[in-house]
Amino acid sequence: MNIAALFAGLFSGILGSMGLGGGAVLVIYLSLFTDTKQLAAQGTNLLFFIPIAFTAVIIYSFKKQIEWKLTVKISLCGLVGAAAGIGLTDLLGGEVTGKAFGGLLVILGIREIFSKNAEIFSKNAERVAKRRKS
Amino acid sequence: MKSKFKKNLPIAGTGFAIGLVNGLFGAGGGMLAVPLLKKIGLDQKSAHKNAVAVILPVSILSAVIYLVKDYVKLSDALPFIPAGVAGALIGAFAIKKIPSVWLKRIFGGFMVYAGVRLLFK
Repeated sequence: MNIAALFAGLFSGILGSMGLGGGAVLVIYLSLFTDTKQLAAQGTNLLFFIPIAFTAVIIYSFKKQIEWKLTVKISLCGLVGAAAGIGLTDLLGGEVTGKAFGGLLVILGIREIFSKNAEIFSKNAERVAKRRKS
Repeated sequence: MKSKFKKNLPIAGTGFAIGLVNGLFGAGGGMLAVPLLKKIGLDQKSAHKNAVAVILPVSILSAVIYLVKDYVKLSDALPFIPAGVAGALIGAFAIKKIPSVWLKRIFGGFMVYAGVRLLFK
Protein backbone atom coordinates (compact mmCIF):
# COMPACT_ATOMS: atom_id res chain seq x y z
CA MET A 1 0.00 0.00 0.00
CA ASN A 2 1.55 3.28 -1.04
CA ILE A 3 1.50 6.71 0.55
CA ALA A 4 -0.92 8.13 -2.01
CA ALA A 5 -3.49 5.44 -1.19
CA LEU A 6 -3.05 6.12 2.52
CA PHE A 7 -3.70 9.82 2.03
CA ALA A 8 -6.67 9.12 -0.27
CA GLY A 9 -8.19 7.00 2.52
CA LEU A 10 -7.41 9.57 5.21
CA PHE A 11 -8.78 12.58 3.32
CA SER A 12 -11.78 10.64 2.13
CA GLY A 13 -12.47 9.69 5.76
CA ILE A 14 -12.10 13.26 7.02
CA LEU A 15 -14.31 14.77 4.32
CA GLY A 16 -16.75 11.86 4.29
CA SER A 17 -17.40 12.09 8.02
CA MET A 18 -18.21 15.77 7.60
CA GLY A 19 -20.55 15.30 4.65
CA LEU A 20 -18.18 17.23 2.43
CA GLY A 21 -17.75 14.89 -0.48
CA GLY A 22 -15.33 12.29 0.80
CA GLY A 23 -16.60 9.80 -1.71
CA ALA A 24 -15.45 11.94 -4.58
CA VAL A 25 -11.86 11.80 -3.27
CA LEU A 26 -11.66 8.02 -3.23
CA VAL A 27 -13.52 7.48 -6.51
CA ILE A 28 -11.28 10.07 -8.21
CA TYR A 29 -8.14 8.53 -6.74
CA LEU A 30 -9.12 5.03 -7.85
CA SER A 31 -10.38 5.89 -11.32
CA LEU A 32 -7.74 8.48 -12.23
CA PHE A 33 -4.60 7.37 -10.40
CA THR A 34 -4.98 3.58 -10.44
CA ASP A 35 -6.25 1.27 -13.15
CA THR A 36 -9.47 0.49 -11.26
CA LYS A 37 -12.58 0.30 -13.45
CA GLN A 38 -15.20 2.99 -12.81
CA LEU A 39 -17.83 0.67 -11.32
CA ALA A 40 -15.26 -1.07 -9.12
CA ALA A 41 -14.12 2.36 -7.91
CA GLN A 42 -17.71 3.26 -7.07
CA GLY A 43 -18.31 -0.03 -5.27
CA THR A 44 -15.05 0.30 -3.35
CA ASN A 45 -16.09 3.73 -2.18
CA LEU A 46 -19.50 2.48 -1.04
CA LEU A 47 -17.93 -0.34 0.99
CA PHE A 48 -15.25 1.99 2.36
CA PHE A 49 -17.84 4.54 3.41
CA ILE A 50 -19.78 2.17 5.68
CA PRO A 51 -17.28 2.04 8.61
CA ILE A 52 -16.44 5.72 8.09
CA ALA A 53 -20.09 6.77 8.34
CA PHE A 54 -20.63 4.41 11.29
CA THR A 55 -17.77 6.04 13.19
CA ALA A 56 -19.03 9.53 12.49
CA VAL A 57 -22.69 8.79 13.20
CA ILE A 58 -21.84 7.14 16.54
CA ILE A 59 -19.92 10.26 17.59
CA TYR A 60 -22.66 12.62 16.41
CA SER A 61 -25.40 10.59 18.05
CA PHE A 62 -23.51 10.58 21.36
CA LYS A 63 -23.50 14.34 21.06
CA LYS A 64 -27.25 14.12 20.30
CA GLN A 65 -26.80 15.86 16.99
CA ILE A 66 -28.67 13.42 14.77
CA GLU A 67 -32.34 14.01 14.13
CA TRP A 68 -33.27 10.37 13.80
CA LYS A 69 -36.95 10.87 12.98
CA LEU A 70 -36.06 12.95 9.95
CA THR A 71 -33.04 10.97 8.78
CA VAL A 72 -34.84 7.61 8.96
CA LYS A 73 -37.68 8.93 6.81
CA ILE A 74 -35.27 10.35 4.25
CA SER A 75 -33.15 7.19 4.25
CA LEU A 76 -36.17 4.97 3.61
CA CYS A 77 -36.96 6.93 0.46
CA GLY A 78 -33.24 6.90 -0.27
CA LEU A 79 -33.25 3.09 -0.42
CA VAL A 80 -35.79 3.21 -3.25
CA GLY A 81 -33.67 5.85 -4.97
CA ALA A 82 -30.54 3.74 -4.58
CA ALA A 83 -32.15 0.76 -6.28
CA ALA A 84 -33.27 3.03 -9.12
CA GLY A 85 -29.82 4.63 -9.32
CA ILE A 86 -28.07 1.30 -9.65
CA GLY A 87 -30.59 0.28 -12.29
CA LEU A 88 -29.54 3.40 -14.17
CA THR A 89 -25.85 2.52 -13.71
CA ASP A 90 -26.52 -0.88 -15.29
CA LEU A 91 -28.27 0.82 -18.16
CA LEU A 92 -25.51 3.36 -18.81
CA GLY A 93 -22.48 1.15 -18.19
CA GLY A 94 -19.24 2.12 -16.48
CA GLU A 95 -17.86 4.41 -19.15
CA VAL A 96 -20.88 6.71 -19.46
CA THR A 97 -21.40 6.70 -15.70
CA GLY A 98 -17.78 7.81 -15.24
CA LYS A 99 -18.23 10.68 -17.66
CA ALA A 100 -21.50 11.71 -16.03
CA PHE A 101 -19.71 11.67 -12.66
CA GLY A 102 -17.02 13.88 -14.20
CA GLY A 103 -19.68 16.31 -15.35
CA LEU A 104 -21.26 16.36 -11.89
CA LEU A 105 -17.86 17.04 -10.30
CA VAL A 106 -17.26 19.99 -12.62
CA ILE A 107 -20.63 21.51 -11.71
CA LEU A 108 -20.23 20.90 -7.96
CA GLY A 109 -16.63 22.10 -8.06
CA ILE A 110 -17.57 25.37 -9.72
CA ARG A 111 -20.33 25.80 -7.13
CA GLU A 112 -17.82 25.14 -4.37
CA ILE A 113 -15.44 27.74 -5.80
CA PHE A 114 -18.01 30.49 -6.28
CA SER A 115 -21.05 29.96 -4.06
CA LYS A 116 -19.34 30.86 -0.81
CA ASN A 117 -18.71 34.38 -1.98
CA ALA A 118 -22.09 35.38 -0.64
CA GLU A 119 -21.20 34.03 2.79
CA ILE A 120 -17.92 35.93 3.02
CA PHE A 121 -19.60 39.08 1.85
CA SER A 122 -22.41 38.76 4.34
CA LYS A 123 -19.93 38.04 7.14
CA ASN A 124 -17.90 41.04 6.09
CA ALA A 125 -21.06 43.07 5.87
CA GLU A 126 -21.96 42.06 9.44
CA ARG A 127 -18.52 43.01 10.66
CA VAL A 128 -18.65 46.33 8.87
CA ALA A 129 -22.11 47.00 10.29
CA LYS A 130 -20.92 46.17 13.82
CA ARG A 131 -17.94 48.46 13.48
CA ARG A 132 -20.13 51.27 12.26
CA LYS A 133 -22.44 50.88 15.25
CA SER A 134 -19.65 50.97 17.81
CA MET B 1 -54.09 15.04 5.63
CA LYS B 2 -53.22 17.26 2.70
CA SER B 3 -50.83 19.37 4.75
CA LYS B 4 -49.13 16.22 6.03
CA PHE B 5 -48.64 15.18 2.43
CA LYS B 6 -47.19 18.57 1.61
CA LYS B 7 -44.81 18.32 4.55
CA ASN B 8 -43.62 14.86 3.64
CA LEU B 9 -43.22 15.40 -0.08
CA PRO B 10 -39.90 17.31 0.15
CA ILE B 11 -38.62 14.64 2.56
CA ALA B 12 -39.51 11.85 0.15
CA GLY B 13 -38.08 13.75 -2.82
CA THR B 14 -34.89 14.51 -0.94
CA GLY B 15 -34.45 10.87 0.02
CA PHE B 16 -35.10 9.60 -3.48
CA ALA B 17 -32.69 12.08 -5.08
CA ILE B 18 -29.93 11.29 -2.58
CA GLY B 19 -30.41 7.57 -3.10
CA LEU B 20 -30.44 7.92 -6.87
CA VAL B 21 -27.13 9.82 -6.95
CA ASN B 22 -25.52 7.55 -4.38
CA GLY B 23 -26.57 4.40 -6.22
CA LEU B 24 -25.69 5.74 -9.66
CA PHE B 25 -22.25 7.15 -8.83
CA GLY B 26 -21.37 5.27 -5.64
CA ALA B 27 -20.57 8.68 -4.18
CA GLY B 28 -21.90 12.20 -3.94
CA GLY B 29 -25.01 11.42 -1.94
CA GLY B 30 -23.72 13.42 0.99
CA MET B 31 -22.79 16.41 -1.13
CA LEU B 32 -26.36 16.48 -2.40
CA ALA B 33 -27.86 15.76 1.03
CA VAL B 34 -26.33 18.84 2.69
CA PRO B 35 -28.07 21.52 0.57
CA LEU B 36 -31.33 19.53 0.53
CA LEU B 37 -31.34 19.14 4.32
CA LYS B 38 -30.73 22.85 4.62
CA LYS B 39 -33.76 23.44 2.44
CA ILE B 40 -35.83 21.26 4.76
CA GLY B 41 -34.76 23.53 7.61
CA LEU B 42 -31.55 22.26 9.22
CA ASP B 43 -28.72 24.71 9.85
CA GLN B 44 -25.37 24.35 8.10
CA LYS B 45 -23.57 22.23 10.70
CA SER B 46 -26.43 19.92 11.52
CA ALA B 47 -27.08 19.46 7.80
CA HIS B 48 -23.52 18.12 7.41
CA LYS B 49 -23.89 15.72 10.34
CA ASN B 50 -27.35 14.48 9.45
CA ALA B 51 -26.27 14.02 5.84
CA VAL B 52 -23.87 11.31 7.02
CA ALA B 53 -26.67 9.59 8.95
CA VAL B 54 -28.94 9.75 5.91
CA ILE B 55 -26.49 8.19 3.47
CA LEU B 56 -25.22 5.43 5.76
CA PRO B 57 -28.19 3.05 5.22
CA VAL B 58 -28.40 4.07 1.57
CA SER B 59 -24.71 3.26 1.09
CA ILE B 60 -25.13 -0.10 2.82
CA LEU B 61 -27.90 -1.11 0.41
CA SER B 62 -25.95 0.21 -2.59
CA ALA B 63 -22.80 -1.59 -1.48
CA VAL B 64 -24.68 -4.88 -1.07
CA ILE B 65 -26.15 -4.57 -4.57
CA TYR B 66 -22.71 -3.73 -6.03
CA LEU B 67 -21.32 -6.81 -4.26
CA VAL B 68 -24.12 -9.06 -5.51
CA LYS B 69 -23.63 -7.76 -9.05
CA ASP B 70 -19.94 -8.51 -8.68
CA TYR B 71 -18.85 -4.96 -9.56
CA VAL B 72 -16.60 -5.00 -6.52
CA LYS B 73 -15.06 -7.36 -3.96
CA LEU B 74 -14.96 -6.78 -0.23
CA SER B 75 -11.14 -6.99 -0.36
CA ASP B 76 -11.00 -3.99 -2.73
CA ALA B 77 -12.06 -1.63 0.04
CA LEU B 78 -10.26 -3.16 3.05
CA PRO B 79 -6.83 -1.53 2.56
CA PHE B 80 -8.35 1.97 2.70
CA ILE B 81 -10.45 1.48 5.81
CA PRO B 82 -7.88 1.98 8.64
CA ALA B 83 -6.77 5.37 7.29
CA GLY B 84 -10.39 6.19 6.53
CA VAL B 85 -11.60 5.51 10.07
CA ALA B 86 -8.73 7.60 11.44
CA GLY B 87 -9.89 10.35 9.09
CA ALA B 88 -13.49 9.92 10.27
CA LEU B 89 -12.41 10.40 13.90
CA ILE B 90 -10.51 13.55 12.96
CA GLY B 91 -13.43 14.82 10.88
CA ALA B 92 -16.16 14.05 13.39
CA PHE B 93 -14.30 15.78 16.24
CA ALA B 94 -13.07 18.69 14.11
CA ILE B 95 -16.44 19.53 12.61
CA LYS B 96 -16.87 22.46 14.98
CA LYS B 97 -14.68 24.19 12.48
CA ILE B 98 -16.13 23.74 9.02
CA PRO B 99 -13.27 24.23 6.56
CA SER B 100 -12.53 27.78 5.61
CA VAL B 101 -13.70 29.29 2.37
CA TRP B 102 -10.24 28.99 0.86
CA LEU B 103 -9.99 25.30 1.66
CA LYS B 104 -13.36 24.83 -0.02
CA ARG B 105 -12.11 26.70 -3.05
CA ILE B 106 -9.00 24.56 -3.31
CA PHE B 107 -11.17 21.46 -3.02
CA GLY B 108 -13.55 22.91 -5.62
CA GLY B 109 -10.64 23.49 -7.98
CA PHE B 110 -9.52 19.91 -7.45
CA MET B 111 -13.04 18.68 -8.22
CA VAL B 112 -13.17 20.65 -11.47
CA TYR B 113 -9.74 19.32 -12.50
CA ALA B 114 -10.71 15.73 -11.69
CA GLY B 115 -14.10 16.13 -13.35
CA VAL B 116 -12.56 17.38 -16.59
CA ARG B 117 -10.07 14.53 -16.56
CA LEU B 118 -12.85 11.99 -16.01
CA LEU B 119 -14.84 13.55 -18.85
CA PHE B 120 -11.94 13.15 -21.29
CA LYS B 121 -10.64 9.86 -19.94
